[in-house]
Amino acid sequence: MVEEKDKKSESLYLKLIPYFDKYGILLLLLLMILVMHILQPDVFLSWRNVTNVFKQISWQSMLALGVFMVIVTAGIDLSVGSIMMLSLMILAIVAKAGAPWFIVVITPLIAGFLCGLINGAGITFLRMPHPFIMTLGTLYIFRGTGNLISGGTPISGFTDEVRYLGHGRIDLTWLGLEKSQYLPVSLVLIAVVYFIFWIFMNHSRTGKWIYAIGGNPNAARASGINVNKILIIVYSLCGFLSGIGALILAGRADSGYPNAGLQSELDAIAACIIGGASFFGGRGTVLGVFAGVMIMGILRNGLNLMDVSSFWQQVLIGSIIVLAVYIDVLRRDLSTRK
Amino acid sequence: MSSFNNLLLEAKGITKYFGTITALENVNLKVRAGECLGVVGDNGAGKSTLMKVLSGLYKPSAGSLHFQGKEEVLESPRDSQNLGLEMVYQDLALAGNLPIGENIFLGREPTKNLGLLKFLDFKKIKELTDAHLGKLKINVKSADQKVEELSGGQRQAVAIARSTAFDAKVVIMDEPTAALAIKEVGKVLDLINSLKKTGVGVIVISHRMDDIFTVCDRVMALFQGTNFAEAELSKTSRDEVIGWIMGKK
Repeated sequence: MVEEKDKKSESLYLKLIPYFDKYGILLLLLLMILVMHILQPDVFLSWRNVTNVFKQISWQSMLALGVFMVIVTAGIDLSVGSIMMLSLMILAIVAKAGAPWFIVVITPLIAGFLCGLINGAGITFLRMPHPFIMTLGTLYIFRGTGNLISGGTPISGFTDEVRYLGHGRIDLTWLGLEKSQYLPVSLVLIAVVYFIFWIFMNHSRTGKWIYAIGGNPNAARASGINVNKILIIVYSLCGFLSGIGALILAGRADSGYPNAGLQSELDAIAACIIGGASFFGGRGTVLGVFAGVMIMGILRNGLNLMDVSSFWQQVLIGSIIVLAVYIDVLRRDLSTRK
Repeated sequence: MSSFNNLLLEAKGITKYFGTITALENVNLKVRAGECLGVVGDNGAGKSTLMKVLSGLYKPSAGSLHFQGKEEVLESPRDSQNLGLEMVYQDLALAGNLPIGENIFLGREPTKNLGLLKFLDFKKIKELTDAHLGKLKINVKSADQKVEELSGGQRQAVAIARSTAFDAKVVIMDEPTAALAIKEVGKVLDLINSLKKTGVGVIVISHRMDDIFTVCDRVMALFQGTNFAEAELSKTSRDEVIGWIMGKK
């Protein structure tokens, strides 16, 4: 159909919008880094502090990535914190039972995957009216199970192999750096996992279908896509990532403890929303989620450096969620022509 | 119209119950290559249910579907697509967050294989999309444009392009002009006419007599889930067809 050439849409301003759409959140992240650097010039960008930030966000970034995929399908997973806690407890019990380290390392991944599978199966086969309900249920079920099997007490002390992902250091002295300037293994893990999932979401058919389901599930169904199968895959992967989170946390904390990951599902959701994922599905990028996780991590770290009370941190993170979404609303007003 | 005897799709005695409700009862339908069949009927007459049966979205409670003379059982929309039976839904069944090209190839994306891994071939999607839109004379700014940025008529055109991107033999359209501005209706009807010329059998479900009398060769009316009347377009009139819709002969 011949539409009249739309002169307005040819303007530079509208051409820039897609880029702003894609990379705007990174600008916000850079701005924050700059502000923090100005406020704390000696400390904030020091090797020690930067690696600290990455260590602190390591397991949250896994949960956020899982929740992100779920949110793209217009769903929600409230149980990721509990999946992580249950996987961590199972890891701790298996480790205490004296299993070899490669078995211990795999258990949380399998446990997380199976928990996610239960979520996905419940949402599709039990036809729960909304994933909120299923995962609210499993939020309690998984944490309760974790406490049942551990007796509600912490189980501590893992071997170095088990702790490697969360606690390991990659020595950089061969680059001429000092001993204290090491690379945390968790940082490398974040980079690798995010890269793999970036490829998955943007360059695989399944990834494209996840976006399509979020955009219009009826369109996906009419295109012959098995929507239920894709949803089960998404929730299972989300559980699997929570399992990776558990493995990282095992390394960091050297302990399985009952409060692990308490309320971390809300942090994960917040990171996705700050990173530009839409609750209505179909919108958001892996890069955006990473930026969202970083923004929350830097905010907490920066406020800690400046001795600001954690109560203020809560207020600020909440404000940033509202602000980020409001900017998104404004941006969409500008970019839609109707 | 020499291909008129080339029967593509035939539905025989289609019956569909939803619990105790009878949505369709013993409905027959035929469409030939290069022919446009108009299906009319009041709300609740069973038009959309019939369409969903033909597309494999619903399984009929009784009756059979024959495609090019062979009986087929459709388990899912994928089955009907594989036969060359495509559907353009009233709600368009497009994902607004995806670009035009990715919508056209949704569920059937071309991929590049790297060992066991399959990656989407964006270059091929774009090339095929540009070629296909060009063939149908559909003008959009770019195949990369998101569908949510398009006008209603452009969306309808994309939906039709989608239905014909894979060698469709029969295209079924549910109210193809219902959501369109008047100036866009003509463009969509032109598109239907050019589809017919390529030998595609078209079924148009519509309320609008203008649509039916512009593109269809034959019209059939459903009334309360049954075949009520059918005629060559040249042998009937608007008033008669409107009468059928209301159950008067």
